[in-house]
Amino acid sequence: MKKVFFAVMLFSLVAAPFALKPYGIYLLTLWVVMTIAAIGLNLTLGYAGQISLAQGAFVGIGAYAAALLTTQGWPLWSAFLIATLLSLAIGWLLGYPALRVQHHYLAFVTLSFATLVYLMLRNEEWLTKGVYGVSGIPRPTLLGWSAKGPVEFYFFCLGVLALVSAATWWLVRSPWGRAFTALRENAIRADSLGVDTRRYTLMAFAFGSAIGGIAGVLYAPLIQFIEPTAFNLNLSLNLLLMVMVGGSGYFLGPFLGAAVSVLLPEWMRFGSEGLYLIFYAIAVMALMAFCPSGLLGLSERFFKR
Amino acid sequence: MNPVLEVRGLAKAFGGISAVNGVSFEVREGEILGLIGPNGSGKSTLFNCILGQLAPSAGQVRIDGSEITGMRPCQLNRLGVGRTFQLLQVFPQLTVRENLILAGQEHKGSMWSRLVGRRDAGVGAAAERMIEFFRLGALAGEKAGALSYGQQKLLDVAMAFMAGPRLVLLDEPAGGVNPTMLAGLRERLREINATEHATFVVIEHNMEFVMSLCTRILVLAEGRIIAEGTPDEIRANPAVVEAYLGG
Repeated sequence: MKKVFFAVMLFSLVAAPFALKPYGIYLLTLWVVMTIAAIGLNLTLGYAGQISLAQGAFVGIGAYAAALLTTQGWPLWSAFLIATLLSLAIGWLLGYPALRVQHHYLAFVTLSFATLVYLMLRNEEWLTKGVYGVSGIPRPTLLGWSAKGPVEFYFFCLGVLALVSAATWWLVRSPWGRAFTALRENAIRADSLGVDTRRYTLMAFAFGSAIGGIAGVLYAPLIQFIEPTAFNLNLSLNLLLMVMVGGSGYFLGPFLGAAVSVLLPEWMRFGSEGLYLIFYAIAVMALMAFCPSGLLGLSERFFKR
Repeated sequence: MNPVLEVRGLAKAFGGISAVNGVSFEVREGEILGLIGPNGSGKSTLFNCILGQLAPSAGQVRIDGSEITGMRPCQLNRLGVGRTFQLLQVFPQLTVRENLILAGQEHKGSMWSRLVGRRDAGVGAAAERMIEFFRLGALAGEKAGALSYGQQKLLDVAMAFMAGPRLVLLDEPAGGVNPTMLAGLRERLREINATEHATFVVIEHNMEFVMSLCTRILVLAEGRIIAEGTPDEIRANPAVVEAYLGG
């Protein structure tokens, strides 16, 4: 049953771009990129229980790393390397406040960080070109295979998503995943059982942020033009919404949440005039009020009865 | 021979209130030491200071002769000190088996080896033995949150033993556990004590349980030790009767 479902999903993901117009392919690619970013946040928030309102900032860091390097003629893989290491290191540092504060206090610390990154992207013109943004970002060529067309680039992103999913799947099923869950459920008890909660907290931030950076590296060549407002607090809140709506702490949560956040508003736009955002907002509020564990939590409840 | 645990002049004040006020005692290898006293007498605070959950205001703690004051709980656990908390603390979303594997997985190898290595971190067999020993076999695959209170309590105690510990501090292991299960728990503790030479310190209000399990008892009142002795001596001590046991 499960296997059939996954086979159908995989087939649809591979077949979809051939049946879609360019805008549809663009949306689907955006879904892939946002799913990757949300997978990172799900690791930090869903599995390890550390709230972060800064995931959008890491997408920004990755996107600017990619934009600035590739417009200078560097290959995209170098941007992947640099953005991943940079986000890993900055994410690790951002973990330090989490060793002292939790919950909404931590939310505020990470929110300040997101704002700081946004201000840096806007004001440090010598590096980031400020509000003018970076344009003409090239799409990659892979061993002679060009990913310049929308369909090719979609498959490139899908490949990265597959790799990130596999790595995350491995991580959450390793002893680290168990330690993350313990950290989320009861950090004091975990500590008393030999789990170094400080190091795991830092790692939860570092790994989650690094995945955010990877999403950013794909975002830049997708849009081919980036400017600071794309990575302000809105994006962080949107990613938080994706994780919560999909089902925080469920492996497939980010896939579903990103679909709801990226695809549903576009789909609802047809035939509802300007009201679709209101309907969308009400649907999300109802879901959060009646099922805080998200869509996957809802389906789990439904199938158990 | 050094005592397993040595506490010297330990004190802890919260603002102006001193919860623990200059407590000194030793625990010898293989001993089952009881720690009793009225509510608010500082028993749990004493545990928390010994095990690094709280930083003591004064005093020292030594394990096997080495100073451990100020070490973090996870470091102490890896030195072979296990504990349970007064309130039940299992991980409800993990299965019984996974709770036990978690409780043992951090004791060997580096953090990185646990990312790339085996899924059970090499302690799966030890977890199975613990499941069998504590008669949790039928529940091994259940989420811990689905267990009854008494079963969770057993699991909680079993987790403390996954460190293969020399010393285990148990904070009210009998609280809320039915008499049959309690007798089983007592048997398990005695067995581990006899076969593994594990040393215990047990906080408990259930007098029958303490008196039948422990070889020596300390009585705490208002942050100080007011009496020490065998169960029979403690029962007969007028100061203890007045402060705690009642007439």
